[in-house]
Amino acid sequence: MDFKLTKAQLLQQELFRNFAETEIKPIAKDMDEAEEYSQELVAKLQKIGAFGIPYSREYGGQGADVLTYTLAMEEMSKIDASTGITLSVHTSLCCPCINEFGTEEQKQEFLRPLIDGRKVGCFGLTEPNAGTDASGVQTTADKEGDYYIINGSKMFTTNSGFADTFIVFALTDKSKGSRGMSAFILDRDMPGLSVSDNIERMGIRAASNCAVTYENVKVPANRLLGKEGQGYKIAMTALGGGRIGIGAQSVGIAQGAIDEALKYVKERKQGGRTINKYQNTQFKLAECQTKVDAARLMVWRAATAKDNHENYAPLAAMCKLFASEVANEVTRVCVQLLGGYGYCREYPVERAMRDAKITEIYEGTSEAMKMIISGSMKV
Amino acid sequence: MKIVVCIKQVPDTVEVKIDPKTGTLIRDGVPSIINPDDKTGIEAALQLKEKMAGSTVTVVSMGPPQADVALREALAMGCDEAILVSGREFGGSDTYATSGILAAALNTLEYDIIITGRQAIDGDTAQVGPQIGEKIGVPQVSYVEEIREVAEDHVVVKRQFEDGYHIIKIKTPCLLTAIAELAQPRYMSVKGVVEAYEKEIKILGFEDLKDNLELDMIGLKGSPTNVYQSFTKEVKGAGTILKDLSAEQAVKAIVDKLEEKFII
Repeated sequence: MDFKLTKAQLLQQELFRNFAETEIKPIAKDMDEAEEYSQELVAKLQKIGAFGIPYSREYGGQGADVLTYTLAMEEMSKIDASTGITLSVHTSLCCPCINEFGTEEQKQEFLRPLIDGRKVGCFGLTEPNAGTDASGVQTTADKEGDYYIINGSKMFTTNSGFADTFIVFALTDKSKGSRGMSAFILDRDMPGLSVSDNIERMGIRAASNCAVTYENVKVPANRLLGKEGQGYKIAMTALGGGRIGIGAQSVGIAQGAIDEALKYVKERKQGGRTINKYQNTQFKLAECQTKVDAARLMVWRAATAKDNHENYAPLAAMCKLFASEVANEVTRVCVQLLGGYGYCREYPVERAMRDAKITEIYEGTSEAMKMIISGSMKV
Repeated sequence: MKIVVCIKQVPDTVEVKIDPKTGTLIRDGVPSIINPDDKTGIEAALQLKEKMAGSTVTVVSMGPPQADVALREALAMGCDEAILVSGREFGGSDTYATSGILAAALNTLEYDIIITGRQAIDGDTAQVGPQIGEKIGVPQVSYVEEIREVAEDHVVVKRQFEDGYHIIKIKTPCLLTAIAELAQPRYMSVKGVVEAYEKEIKILGFEDLKDNLELDMIGLKGSPTNVYQSFTKEVKGAGTILKDLSAEQAVKAIVDKLEEKFII
């Protein structure tokens, strides 16, 4: 067993780290305050290939592996968790639906521009009354000739404020519940599709997260993904892999907070010495780093399993459950180490602690993760 | 157009210190980077390639096998080929011996423009680039801050000078040394890194270059330089800026200062 990154992965990590430090760090706080994601930054991320990391070069992707994608998620989220989720929803929720279930024509037409850096995608499953219980989706798609007519509303669609491509889940057969759900590829400019303002949130405020309404949206039949009734399976497959990205985002948030705290405790003096000389500081940071390392190893294990086409779903659920809880605990400890300053907006640990909370909620709550894990254990 | 860029892997001097006892760099735990002026050179070469269809950029570095990482980074930025000049015989070379080895390596390649960085942040000599130019016998311009024109048989460049600049038309093949103002280096790309590790880095050792190299011209033996002492420069105090003064007030302020210091 070898826990080392390859030389290529190390160089990728250096690319992501340099990029995040140089391009994201100077604007992360401002984006959070403005509750708006910089489109200039999106363009820069597209240029380095950040939106197509684990996808085949044959379709315009970058040809790297899932593990490399987790390195990007960690390095970006260390500096700005909003960038993490922007990449993640595109890369591990939207694109897999087309990559794994799309026809050759759909891949050429819709996947290629998403992974070669021309377009950004989003994923619309959650509804005002259908969260963890995704089978409660009420949005409908009625077939009329060569079209489907989509009606309904979706909630918390990340990236929807600026995304070009929308994967939308709707019922083609209301009588069958989740087995009557189908997945469609929509364009932002289709008549009847409208996006709300950015929803005011506690954390990851820079990320675009809106309600999307679909009113008699006429979608050509060739935009159905897979077959009618396969929608639930497609959504669950995407979410199963997406959790590896959220695990990596959580590791990044936590590591970023530790890095900030480490700097601070070496400078801050109390009682005549810098506070890193106190054993409480040393032990707290030791505990934090140990937990983050454990979470990172779980993320890498899940990513490696996905790269090797093994059954990764329970591993992904475990890494997300553990890493998201570690992110919350570690950011809370780091705010405490910075004392009153940790509570101030001027210090990035304040933002990290707010950002961490969502990792226990989205792409499956911690409770949903426990259902998946216990299910895989056949409890 | 065939463009060759010479790069050096250096310790990141932002994080490096000098051992006060031995006078040498403490390299332990210090990350290695592509020398910044050389990275500028890579960017300038890639921009030329984008302008001139059918051009290629070859990147060359002399160093130990670990310098491979710097070459992979250059490939990931978009260079086409990489060559590592490496061998035990080359160890201990000063700038004079190094430029001889690199000149011998360049003699095995085709080139229209050779770009090097002005100087490396570890030695700060600014000698290797110009010495290569002399040894392979091509015209050279150092301190290039802009490449204004590129044609079949010449380039027009802007050379930074202490009190201004020079616009110089130079016949190709030629050698240019780059300063930071020339270009802002691009990032690698994810695909670039993937492909950089799929390519092979060509290694040139002494055996490959021996037709153009004598053993006593390289390594410690071929290096006339002896470093007497290395030290960290002491930081001078910051200057004073006097603003919004009339000509008369300015003259008085300067004369007062000079008198205060007993200079006049």
